[in-house]
Order: sequence, then C-alpha cells, then structure tokens
Amino acid sequence: MKLSLLLFTLAGAVAMQSCKMKTTSSAVTGDAAARTYVAPGKYDELYNFVSGGFNGQVSVYGLPSGRLLKLIPVFSVHPENGYGFSEETKPMLQTSFGFVPWDDQHHLALSQTNGEHDGRWLFANANNTPRVARIDLTTFKTMEIIELPNSGGNHSSPFLTENTEYVIAGTRFAVPVGNQESALDNASFKKNFKSTASFIGIDKTTGHMNVSFQIILPGMDLDLSRAGKGPSHGWFFFSTYNTEQASTLLEVNASRKDKDFIVAVNWKKAEEYVKAGKARKMATEYYHNTFNEETHSASSSVIKEVLTLDPEELDGLVYLIPCPKSPHGCDVDPSGEYIVGSGKLAALIPVFSYQKFTKAIADKAFEGEYNGIPVIKYEAALHGEVQKPGLGPLHTEFDANGNAYTSFFVSSEIVKWSLKDLQVLDRVPTYYSIGHLMVPGGDTKKPYGKYVVAYNKITKDRYLPTGPELAQSAQLYSIDGEKMQLLLDFPTIGEPHYAQAIPAEKIQAQSVKFFDISKNKHPYLSAGEKATKVVREGNVVHVYMTAIRSHLTPDNIEGVQVGDEVYFHVTNLEQDWDIPHGFAIKHAPNAELLIMPGETSTLKFSPIKPGVYPFYCTDFCSALHQEMQGYLRVSPKGSNVPLKWGTGAEEADAAVATK
Amino acid sequence: MNKLSLVAKVSIVIAIGCIATLWLVPMWRIDLAAPQYPEGIFMQIWINDIKGDVDIINGLNHYIGMKTIHKEDFREFVYLPVALGVFCVLGLLVLLRNRRWAFHTWTGLLLAIAAISMYDFWKWEYEYGHHLDPSAPIKVPGMAYQPPLIGYKKMLNFEALSQPDAGGWFFIAAVVLLTAVAVYEWKRAKKITS
Repeated sequence: MKLSLLLFTLAGAVAMQSCKMKTTSSAVTGDAAARTYVAPGKYDELYNFVSGGFNGQVSVYGLPSGRLLKLIPVFSVHPENGYGFSEETKPMLQTSFGFVPWDDQHHLALSQTNGEHDGRWLFANANNTPRVARIDLTTFKTMEIIELPNSGGNHSSPFLTENTEYVIAGTRFAVPVGNQESALDNASFKKNFKSTASFIGIDKTTGHMNVSFQIILPGMDLDLSRAGKGPSHGWFFFSTYNTEQASTLLEVNASRKDKDFIVAVNWKKAEEYVKAGKARKMATEYYHNTFNEETHSASSSVIKEVLTLDPEELDGLVYLIPCPKSPHGCDVDPSGEYIVGSGKLAALIPVFSYQKFTKAIADKAFEGEYNGIPVIKYEAALHGEVQKPGLGPLHTEFDANGNAYTSFFVSSEIVKWSLKDLQVLDRVPTYYSIGHLMVPGGDTKKPYGKYVVAYNKITKDRYLPTGPELAQSAQLYSIDGEKMQLLLDFPTIGEPHYAQAIPAEKIQAQSVKFFDISKNKHPYLSAGEKATKVVREGNVVHVYMTAIRSHLTPDNIEGVQVGDEVYFHVTNLEQDWDIPHGFAIKHAPNAELLIMPGETSTLKFSPIKPGVYPFYCTDFCSALHQEMQGYLRVSPKGSNVPLKWGTGAEEADAAVATK
Repeated sequence: MNKLSLVAKVSIVIAIGCIATLWLVPMWRIDLAAPQYPEGIFMQIWINDIKGDVDIINGLNHYIGMKTIHKEDFREFVYLPVALGVFCVLGLLVLLRNRRWAFHTWTGLLLAIAAISMYDFWKWEYEYGHHLDPSAPIKVPGMAYQPPLIGYKKMLNFEALSQPDAGGWFFIAAVVLLTAVAVYEWKRAKKITS
C-alpha cells in the first residue's frame, strides 16, 4: 500500500517534469554569436537611433552589437553635460508655458533625399508638451526645437516626406483649439474638441523648421502617420482611434466601433489652398528655439500666429478610409502603393492600395461623411487583408524584397508576410510584448534590410534582476534568409518606441571632432588665457575663464560677494580630439558644464553664504587633471575686498625673487 | 679635356629637378604615437615651414617643460631656401661652364649643405630635448626628450619615428646621384690622363 503510493507520487513527479512549459533558452541557434560579435577595434555596421520614451532623450546604439554609443539629450535636462542647466542651453527647453525640463520622446525620423536616408538630420517628437526637435548628425547635438500650437499629445510625429519637405505633427489627444477650456463630457467633446495635423516646413539647406500650416480635423485621436512616397508622394496618412469622440473611459468608449479611419491628407492640395489665400490666420503663441553653432548658444523666439485650413470648407483636402479597429500603425511600403493599417483590436491586417484609393475618389465611391469629410467605401480602397496574422498588430516595416514585418503586442511576435499575396511567411517570438520594430531603412524607398529589431515593452527575466524597475529589452533578428533568426538580446534605456538605423558610412566620416576656436563667436569667449578677466556690472559678475590641460585661468578669484550673480563663462582652448573639460563649483544648485574643445559654456552661480568655494575640472582630461582646480572667495555683502583674479601669479613672483 | 660627360650633364638637370621639389613637398617627418593618440600625431618640416599637429605637440610639451615650437624661431627657414636656390642657379652655371672641376665643387656644395642641415637638425633636437623648464610638472630624473635624428625611439608614453618625407628622399636621391656621377667623372678623368 505504502509502496504503491510512493510509486504513484514518483510517476506523478516525472510526468510533471515532462509537462513543463516551453522556455526561451533554446531560441538562439547557429552562428548568432559570430554574426553579432564586433571585435575590439572594429566598428558596428549601422548606427541605430532609438527613441528614449519617458526619458525624453535619444540613444544611439551600434548594430549588430547592440552596444550603447551615446545618449543625445533632446527634451529632458541632462546634468551630465549641463544640457538645460548651462545658460547657453536653457532656451532649448523654453515653451509658451515656461521651462519644461522633461518630455516623452516616441518616434524618430532620419532626413531623406529621394526617399532615402541622407544622414543629415534626425527629427524627434515630444508627446507630452507638443514639440519637434532636429538633431544634427555631424555633432549629435539638438539644434532646434519647435513647439506646436493647438495640439495635445504630439504622437503621430515626426514623420517626413520623401525629400524632407515637411515633418508632420499630429494630435493624439484632441483638445479645444486656441487652448480654451471646455466642460468634460462626450457632448462637449464633439462640439469643442479638434485634432490638428501640423505641417512643419523644413529649410533645404539649414534644416530650420517653421509651421507652414495646420489642418483642423474633427476631434479624434491621430495615432501614427506616414507620408506617401513615389506615386503617393503628396499625401500623408494618419491612423485614428476614438472616432467615437469620447472624453472618458476610452478603453471602452473608444472601442465601440468596428472601424475607425485612416485619414488621408493631400498636402500638395493644402499648399495650393495656402497659396490661394484660403488659409485662416489664427492668433496663438508658441516657441521656436534654435542653437547657433557659432555662438554655441541657443535662443528662443515667440511666434504669434499660425495658418489653419478647414477640410469641411476645402474640397479634396482630406478623405477618410475606414480601417478596423482602432488602428495604431499606418505604414507605407517602399513602392508607395500599399498602406498598411494595424488595428490593435482587429483579427486581420487591412492593406490599402493607393491606386484604388485615388480611383475611389474619382468614382466618388463614398459611403458617407464624417463631420463633413467624405468617407471612402472600405472595399473600394482595399488591396486585401492578411488573415489570422496574430494578436494585437501594432507596426509594420518592410524589406527590399516585397515582404512586410508586423509587430504583435498581444501574441508577442514578429510576423513576416508577403505584400503581393498577403500570405504569412514566417513568425518569431519576441521577449516580451513587442511595441515598435525597425528594419534599417524599412520606412524608405530603398530598405537596407538584413535585420529587424524588436523593441519590447516587457522585460521580466531577460537580464539579471535589478529590483522592480528594469531596463527594456530589445532583440535583433536576421531577415536575410527565408526564416527570421534571433541573433541578439540587448537591454535599452528609457522606454524605446520607434527607432531608425542607417549604415555607418553615411555618418561616420562627417562626425565633428572638435569646434574650431577661431570660429567661436560666443559673446563671452576668452580667446586665449590673456583674454581672461573678471568684470563686475552691479551685482552681476562675469568670469571669463579658460580651460586647457591642466589648469583653469583664472583659478583664484576674490572680491565676489553674497548676493552676486556669478557667471562662469568657460572656454575650452583645446583644439584636439576627445579633450573635453568639465567645470563644477561647490554648492552650485544646478549641474556641471561639459565643454567641448573650442566651445564656450556658462554656469550661473549665486552664492548665498560667505566662504571659499572650490571649483575644478570634472572630466579626467590629463595626467594632471586632479590639479585642475581653483577657489572662489565669497565675502559678505558690502565687503571691501577688491575684485582680484589670476592663475600662477605667486609662483611666477617667487621664481623671479629666487633669481 | 676637362669637359663633362653627357651623363654628368643629365645628372645636373635631374639633381636640380630633385632639389626644386623641396618647394612643393615636405622634407622631413616626425610621427608620434601614444596610448592616448591611437590615430597618431605628426610634424612635417618643410624648407621654410613646420606643419602638422604642432599646436597639439606644443600643448603636450608643457608637461615636461619642453619649449614650444614656433616657425619664427628658425632662421633656417630663411637660409635654407636661399642656399638651395643658389645651389640650383650654380648648377645651371656648371652646366654652361661645362668643366669637371666645377661639377666636383658643386657636388661638394650639396654634400656640405646636407651635412650642415643634418647637424643643425640634430642640434635643434638636442636643444628641445635637453633644455627643459625646471618648474615643469613632470620631471623624470635623467630623462631627456631628444627625438631620434632618423629612426625610432620610445620616450615615456610616446613612440617617435623620424624619417625623410618625400622632399627628403628627393634630396637624398640628388646627393646619391651627384656623388655617383662625381666618382664616375673622377675615374673617367684618371683614365684619360693615364
């Protein structure tokens, strides 16, 4: 009896063992290690620019190694290099609602020429306080940030037209135009709330942005967008949700309808209407911040009006294509013919045809109107549907061979399918719950292909645990064979959404090594140690300081008083690669400066107590870096200590005396 | 009887051509590498200038108290072009005069210029390498920083390689050519007189 019980238990245990759930440890096979190993001294094949999500920044990884190369501060302050803390960079984060030190950065777009990445600029969106930034890819610095008026949640941004004519900014959260208040209920939403699609024009040579015009759409949530290309160049396509126009419990209320819309905007037509004077000038206020490479300083200007276009009045400007169900991704294939809508809650992926869409307009194949805008018949614009692709489709990227790759959040996988016959070809699991995916050049006319990267939303057990808050996880897959193959798993910072990648050779050679000091036009430049000085203007004290291995000039400063506003304008005199100097002073309630060779940066410090304040170089610059230090003497207010400064004066006197 | 052979005449033209290149290409080159400079830094000496990463080298030299290098400090940049210019003009005169003694004298002049230049170069290197500021931050007892006259040398964390640049090789070619032809002419003269 007892024996049989023991046997039964044992048998049960063995059975349990064999019933264990599948694990991910066997997912990597073959030559994955060799394909991602970048030997010391060798470079990665691609730059991968990855949005930072809630850290507000952009990170740069190398592919296929997955190594983090740089964090570019964009929408959040970055004490590490003084971004948002130095006087020169503070204006970059100014908005019509004051200084905003953080944002939520979702999508990136590399500038394009003829529908291909040209390696000049990278555009980034800010979702929370609606803004778009432009990053220069010779210096990897944020050069420009423009605020968007009449916008809430700049999510369907910063997607580009094929020659970087426009960068788009579409409202995710419909809001009352003109920033007015409104009661919050569904009736008021329908009446007062609007969505806007802002077309930000880009100067061909400087890259400077300005809001060319805004199209005021019915209140709904513009989720993502893509420009047409090739034949569909001239159009912009947006996905939407909440066409139910609910203001509360959207989880339920915005999921009622079987179909929402792809919004198709004819921006060439919009340009014509603007030229013909059909746009309305609306009074508003928004900031435009630019960084000047010569003065190494940012400045802000306030713009007071914007041109708006009303699609209810202007024919042929906007059409709606029904799309199942609460579509998220809205992606255009390399040929420009197919538009893929990914209904988050749909069990299929609809693929629309640009040719059929234009024919439907010509044939007036409309099923009705939505807030005065024609709605095209679903079937009239449809190329076909991918059946049973997976659960929770989000985004689609493309290779150069007519294949599409769609991410599935719920079923946590990437599915490869054919654009031609809409058949599913392959699927691979992601770890876990993929959001965006990215094929290098997969959003252009000429995809580079070779890899697809999954940017996941859930990390769990992928890496050594680090408490409740984890890094995000990304996976690199090869796509150059029939089957997708998992190559690498790497952690990412912030919470990546969309990303871009470009072959290294398009960027590498143009990378700036240092700034030419002879071109430095900073108003507080010290062109050499002889030009250093300390100047008092009332209670404002300007310290013209230089940094060179391994001393700061001046390094002894006296005559500053409590209540003074001291500005340390530090010029890095080095003209050599990778010799930044840092500057920090004790008790300064902000951050450090990190000054690149040839650059001038300013730290403001208002001492509140008398005493001696050491300052020093924070970037280990040389063998005598530790000696690169000095003192600021702060006297009580009204003290008669004269203003005095210098470096090495006493030693020089002593040397003379001994002779 | 003392006239020059065709070989000698052609060699004069070639030698003048070789020396003339010194106005177009650098004469000498010193390459430096260190763990902090994997990409290397270099200095090129022309007959009338110093080019390359002179500012970077000057910046580094202050640690060991080496004097900074400035083009203006070198009178050689005035004398050398004049000397070589005169040498070329004299070459044309030798060609016109067409006498063996003139050729030998002229060859001797080039050898003298070469010898004086190399001595002068060595002397400058010695000066820079030994006359160091006593208040320099880095002092290594017994250490001098004289770069090699020619060839490779390791000094602290720096490796130095000193060698002729394109112009220097043309100069050497002229020296070798003229010396060889001078020997040839001398032997020819002996044969005729004996």
